[in-house]
Amino acid sequence: MNSKTLMYILKRIAMAILTVWIVITVTFFVMHAVPGGPFLAEKAVSEAAQKALEAKYGMDKPLMVQYGTYLKDIVTKFDFGPSIKLRGRQVIDVIMDGMRTSAKLGLYAAAIALVSGIVLGAVAALRRNKFIDKCIMVLTTAFISMPSFIMGSLMLIVFSVKLGWLPANGDSAKGLILPVIALSLSPMANITRLTRSSMLDVLSQDYIRTARAKGVPPVKIIFGHALKNSLIPVITYAGPMLAYIVTGSLVIEQVFAVPGIGRAFVSSITGRDYPLIMGTTIVLALLIVVMNLVSDILYKIVDPRINLE
Amino acid sequence: MKKNPFSLHVDLDDFLPATDAEKEYMVQMRPSTTFFKDGMKRLLRNPVATVSLIVIIVITLASLIIPSFWPYKYDTMLGVTPGRPVDASYNNLAPFQYGKTELKKIEAGEEVFPHVFGTDSAGRDYFIRVVYGTRISLAVGFFASLIVLVIGITMGSIAGYCGGKVDMFIMRVVDIIYSLPDTLMIILFASVMKVTLGPLIENTILNKLGSNMISLFIVFALLYWVSMARQIRGQILSLKEQEYVLAARSTGARAGWIIRKHLIPNCISVIIISTALQIPSAIFTESFLSFLGLGVNAPMPSLGSLASDALNGMSSYPYRLVIPAVTISLVVLSLNLFGDGLRDAFDPKLKS
Repeated sequence: MNSKTLMYILKRIAMAILTVWIVITVTFFVMHAVPGGPFLAEKAVSEAAQKALEAKYGMDKPLMVQYGTYLKDIVTKFDFGPSIKLRGRQVIDVIMDGMRTSAKLGLYAAAIALVSGIVLGAVAALRRNKFIDKCIMVLTTAFISMPSFIMGSLMLIVFSVKLGWLPANGDSAKGLILPVIALSLSPMANITRLTRSSMLDVLSQDYIRTARAKGVPPVKIIFGHALKNSLIPVITYAGPMLAYIVTGSLVIEQVFAVPGIGRAFVSSITGRDYPLIMGTTIVLALLIVVMNLVSDILYKIVDPRINLE
Repeated sequence: MKKNPFSLHVDLDDFLPATDAEKEYMVQMRPSTTFFKDGMKRLLRNPVATVSLIVIIVITLASLIIPSFWPYKYDTMLGVTPGRPVDASYNNLAPFQYGKTELKKIEAGEEVFPHVFGTDSAGRDYFIRVVYGTRISLAVGFFASLIVLVIGITMGSIAGYCGGKVDMFIMRVVDIIYSLPDTLMIILFASVMKVTLGPLIENTILNKLGSNMISLFIVFALLYWVSMARQIRGQILSLKEQEYVLAARSTGARAGWIIRKHLIPNCISVIIISTALQIPSAIFTESFLSFLGLGVNAPMPSLGSLASDALNGMSSYPYRLVIPAVTISLVVLSLNLFGDGLRDAFDPKLKS
């Protein structure tokens, strides 16, 4: 790794930290711009009770002081304060609870999307313009054009309501099958297209022709030379895929009643639980930013030819 | 007389009138084509893009025309007549079923217009709600893309043309917005503006639009212009080195004039393509927000809110979910395919 790469990595990390700071700041000030404060939605409370509540959550102090404390708590203790609606629970605990289920959901979905996307993309590229390639392309276009909640609900109707094969509730292990599939279809379609186009690009390179001329068996060419190199651009999709899975799980968890972070987030919006909204937004944003950072740096290290400027 | 090859005398034979055979060379065999016509020709030769264009036109026209002559309205609860108890027989009608009073009318020999898709749980004709929801979704997609277009072109062309510090500043802002997780930010803004904007726009004309719709547009204006701005900037950076820009500048044209008259028209293919692909993404975002309860304000329907409303009665009335789901997928699919076709037709260099 040369000094230029190191510079790039440092710059990229600085940029990521800046982004996270902006997310925290925007989230904080946007949430505090709501007129009447977060207790507006509560049923009428007396003046004194209101004061006491505000004192308890530190809202009687000036805005900048509150902002300082909020930022300090996050950076030093990763603490987002208490939830307003879920009495006696810390925001970070609610998030971590939900994360356990959501991480499982997201990781399975990502794994399925990666494996099936790469296989389908490679098959499409090797059988270019044949019937199977056309089928795969039509299918992936359809998957990309369907919002995830619609995909999820249609699968729910067909497989659990009409056929009764799988449970509609995402609580159990068997119940995770449908949400995982619903969540993985769109990233799978994207990976398929990405793999296909980069594989086509690699297959036309000189070294493939050389290998073929030398008499290397086709299986070895495909797996040893072509597939390995055509997977490099797929790394760049890791960040966007995670972002898609995170936002997709917001609705998928709602459709299948999976007790994850997405459902906590949605119910915090409808219940106007401002600390929880802020905490979830920041944690999810952090996740996405870090994933983007990692995939960018990996891309740079794996393929030094790429000039990032 | 032998001719000296280095003589500067004019050879009069070179100036004879052209013969008819020579004139024939100059006849234009076919009329010259414009950029737009050429692109359209290529577009119409692509069957997939043509079919998607037809589907889009049919759906758009239907959503605009049908509500004007359909006997039911999207927000009329058929069971509710002023001064009488609510007639619950109108709620949750299956397709082509009728309510109690309508059945009486039919017995009396009157014609009653059928409820093609039945009614919803509040007794509203479902067909007209789907049609109206399609109209709202298309309108949201169209206007959101228009906003993105205007801001993206302005910022991108300023950054590209001015260069230097201005460019630096705008591109850093673009970088930062680009790295923000957009959907999370949209949800955040939409959930706050829903509360904040409500009282602000009361009693104004904007109230009819609804606070959620306005917050959606604001969010699009704030966050989604960056990719358009990036593309326009890249295009302008290469275009501004062209001779015709130098010529315009040397004749004293101002920067605004050069951008408007010379640079933007030459970016038109980038503009058309990214706008066409922006519309489905806006429709997507709107349906996503509607699903989370942050979309259009009730009783106005959109395809996303119809689908999310239908989730509650999904086991008894699955068609109520399937209809908006199929419509939204059809709209987004044909817009995407049409956008791809546009890209191939108007920018053959980009073709991958």
